[in-house]
Amino acid sequence: MTQASLGESVVQKTVHAQQNNGVASSATHTQPLWLLAEVTYRCPLHCAFCYNPTDYDKHTQNELSTEQWIQTLRDARKLGAIQLGISGGEPLLRDDIEDIVIEAKKLGYYSNLITSGVGLTEKRIQAFKDGGLDHIQLSMHDITEEINNFITNTKTFELKKKVAAMIKNHGYPMVLNVVIHRYNIGHMKEILEMAEALGADYIELANTQYYGWSLVNRSQLMPTKEQVDEAEAITNEFRANPNNKMKIFFVVPDYFSDRPKKCMNGWGEVFMIVTANGDVLPCHSARVLPNMQFPNVKDTDLGWSWKDSPAFNKYRGDSWMKEPCRSCSEKENDLGGCRCQSFLLTGDAEAADPVCSKSPHHHLIEKAIEDSKNPVLVAQPIVFRNDKNSKRIIAGELKERVDEFHALP
Amino acid sequence: MDKKIQHADIYALAHHHRFQWEEAQQNYVILFPEGMVKLHGSAGEVLKRLDGKATVGDVVADLKATFPDASNIEADIIGMFELAVIKGWLRKVN
Repeated sequence: MTQASLGESVVQKTVHAQQNNGVASSATHTQPLWLLAEVTYRCPLHCAFCYNPTDYDKHTQNELSTEQWIQTLRDARKLGAIQLGISGGEPLLRDDIEDIVIEAKKLGYYSNLITSGVGLTEKRIQAFKDGGLDHIQLSMHDITEEINNFITNTKTFELKKKVAAMIKNHGYPMVLNVVIHRYNIGHMKEILEMAEALGADYIELANTQYYGWSLVNRSQLMPTKEQVDEAEAITNEFRANPNNKMKIFFVVPDYFSDRPKKCMNGWGEVFMIVTANGDVLPCHSARVLPNMQFPNVKDTDLGWSWKDSPAFNKYRGDSWMKEPCRSCSEKENDLGGCRCQSFLLTGDAEAADPVCSKSPHHHLIEKAIEDSKNPVLVAQPIVFRNDKNSKRIIAGELKERVDEFHALP
Repeated sequence: MDKKIQHADIYALAHHHRFQWEEAQQNYVILFPEGMVKLHGSAGEVLKRLDGKATVGDVVADLKATFPDASNIEADIIGMFELAVIKGWLRKVN
């Protein structure tokens, strides 16, 4: 008996998309299976690798109300959405997550709170449990207090360990997410051992993808190819040990692979993101793309947004493709990669993802890898994700750091 | 671990997994952290019979009675249990 005869494995989040062929690429039959609710962009952490938009400060005063979120949950569920991620920013900065969780349970979502742990108290976690929240994904940063506090620009190391214990004590599956970058990639073995010791059921080792803040800090964050290879080898060794029960998702960094990822499992195929202010997006960073009008839950029907809006249809399927993608034998596998990455690096959203070795812009990736070894660039200070820096970027400061990239304000 | 499926075995859905009918998709699904599986009709028929008390033998007998025209159904059902255990969707409760 094969997996195919039993059922189709659908979706391990964006980055595992290549394992998944369960969803037809027809533009007319897609259903959003995954709703990511980015309920706020406010965040007590200031992580250097955050993929949130660098101009997020514009979107912190116009968040959807509780009622608007509940209506969005209902509408998305009718369209077929079943996995719900409650994310941010730090979702716990809102005091209505309890209400959102209760509604999600009522509607039959499998719900996931994606959190830094800051703001999680015994009282709140008990309310989430009672309300029917299915799991909590906790971000961890390193085994050392030094790196944790440095990369998040906060003192949160001890807190995260306490929160991990709290999650376990409440009978939740322990799902850890560790974003991997130059400062922690050398600790892969210790990170896995820490996760095992904390009783983690799942760990996602998410190599940094370069969007938003992480793109601005790319030269400072990017590890070397050798470090990535070693990290993957350690991960595989850990997996091969039958004593280790923890499931590991290793998200391969696309800069070091010569084929692009099928971003979001295809534009408007599976994922629907609703942002803090109600914009409906096919991927987290789609708002960087030029000449796009994204629908907003405040003024358009969610079904129309998904099925009929020009934005969701723009890059569905492959009819938008140019060469070299159009005639490429692999276009079904990767759908030309990521539109945002193409635009941010080449200025053309319809170009092949420069990660692809067949892209005429592939030298940009090679240059980025070289730049990350350049001591002058590496010595530039990290631009941490915080309100002050967001305001500066909006005001046109820090030009030398963002000029190279298209559409970063 | 012995993964051989016996008729007296009782299986239930693994912890933190949820099995439900999806109206929008017209099929059963298993949901778990970070993922989901769309089940084909026959797999859904097996899963929905797992109530924490039914043995593998009970499930086979019930499905044979419900689908008398299906040939070699038992081997398919056992195969489904084997795969679901390997995938970690089911746990043995006895």
